[in-house]
Amino acid sequence: MYEVRFHGRGGQGAVTAANTLADAAFREGKDVQAFPMFGVERRGAPVNAFTRIDEERIDIKTQIYEPDAVVVLDASLLDVVDVTNGLKPGGILILNSSKEPGSFDYGDAKVYTVDATSIAVDNRLGTETNPIVNTAILGAYSRVVGNVKLESIFEAITMNVPVKVENNQKAAKEAYEKVKGV
Amino acid sequence: MGEQISMTVKGNMATALGAKLCRPNVVPAYPITPSTLFPEKMSEFIADGELDASMINVESEHSAMSACIGASATGARVVTASASQGVALMHEMLFIAAGMRLPIVMAVGNRALSAPINIWCDHQDTIASRDSGCLQFYAENNQEGLDLMINAFRIGEDHRVLLPVMVGIDAFVLTHTMEAVKVPAQEDVDDFLPPYKPKYGILDHREPATFGSFAPPEYYQEFKYEQTKAMEKSSEVIDEVFADYAERFGREYCKVSTFQCEDADIILLTMGSMSGTAREAIRKMRGDGKKVGLAKLTVYRPFPEAELREILSKAKAVAVVERNISPGSTGAIYAELAGAFINQKKKPLLKNFITGLGGRDILVETFREIYEKTLEVVKAGEVKEPMEWVAMNEEVMR
Repeated sequence: MYEVRFHGRGGQGAVTAANTLADAAFREGKDVQAFPMFGVERRGAPVNAFTRIDEERIDIKTQIYEPDAVVVLDASLLDVVDVTNGLKPGGILILNSSKEPGSFDYGDAKVYTVDATSIAVDNRLGTETNPIVNTAILGAYSRVVGNVKLESIFEAITMNVPVKVENNQKAAKEAYEKVKGV
Repeated sequence: MGEQISMTVKGNMATALGAKLCRPNVVPAYPITPSTLFPEKMSEFIADGELDASMINVESEHSAMSACIGASATGARVVTASASQGVALMHEMLFIAAGMRLPIVMAVGNRALSAPINIWCDHQDTIASRDSGCLQFYAENNQEGLDLMINAFRIGEDHRVLLPVMVGIDAFVLTHTMEAVKVPAQEDVDDFLPPYKPKYGILDHREPATFGSFAPPEYYQEFKYEQTKAMEKSSEVIDEVFADYAERFGREYCKVSTFQCEDADIILLTMGSMSGTAREAIRKMRGDGKKVGLAKLTVYRPFPEAELREILSKAKAVAVVERNISPGSTGAIYAELAGAFINQKKKPLLKNFITGLGGRDILVETFREIYEKTLEVVKAGEVKEPMEWVAMNEEVMR
């Protein structure tokens, strides 16, 4: 079983990212679950979303406490949220940041960075002040984690992202190519 | 048989898809967290021309159930959804729906009741309406939510039953969680579930009938007797319909389903989504050599006494794990299970565990703790403390 936690701010699409990742893995014949942090969401406030992926049927219904990977959609969260909380030893941390992975110190976590904000803006996803980075970051996830193919992410985007499908797919592809630390 | 389409959907979408396949004529609903997506999806289906039905927007849940009753009494197939305070506000109308023998189906996103206000999962809302006369089913996952909706119409509309049916899916754990489901083909559901034929002519001058009439003391008790008999009769109808559904669609349902119970000393009795986590916990505990099994209650009303006796009487002790509490008594299932065993010679020790209220997560570790506490009961050979609360937040308790 592979467990992923997404950190974002309300309105950035963390929940859609978790759903799209689950749907992509489902298209490869895996069993999946995706869910938001249960509760009330407000635009701009920190939000979490989760994805489970397994070759076997997933029975467990608890929230995710010890993820294998953490994906951060907004670097401003790093100062206010303990993003590596519960991350498995040697786990993966994917950050939306223009900085190099080496400029972050998260102990034994393997850090990867991608400038998903620039990629989103270049592809006219959201606005410059409020870019929608969720599809770009999934491209980076596909490259770094490798348990979901980029083509499956493309398919899942078609099904789960209501607008600008091609722009979203292109953003995912660019992030796949540009992610640093691999 | 048409092909079943696999897709990933949230629990509310699963129950909405199940409902849509049953071709309801009328959908009266008032949105409430965590069920809101259900009326949203139903109105989308109607607006997109995928479903030919009337959506009735009402001003409260009391009105929603009132509209359900009126529509159902005209012979329409009716579905709605609600949760928590919404189910509570419907309370008096639920008794009327059941008393008028109207097979309305309702998807419930099982949620805690105020106060304190809380939008998360427990079973208090539907348990509080257990005496209304509605059948009650509880889903473990989204697939069960979808399938149980389809079964609910066929069972409720059976002329031996004619009662409303609630299908519970746990708040957020299912309502807002995306999972893979298989969706039956429309033509196969049409074949499984023919159009609703009311038992009596309705709004038909050739066969005049009165509904919801005044019943003085000479008649009232007989109405209640007939209604109770119909609920009892539903037990065999449920078996028949579940068996037919399994044959057609390949997914088996039981009022009580079991996992690793054959040689189990201790059986965990669960309901709803916690059953999946319990199964995972049992796999782990079996790996450690512990003789523990799972009995999952899918049908709570009618209460499957005979099935529970059959399954549980072989165990040394049963841990009844509940997401509800009747203050001044115990969890509802525990009390009824104790009643089911009271006149039996061979019976397991019974212990009640209250947990998961207001969305408290029920973990694999929670089930380990429950197992260990039940093992102590087995070793002692008696139950000193029948009910225990587990996974308490000790900091809050100080």
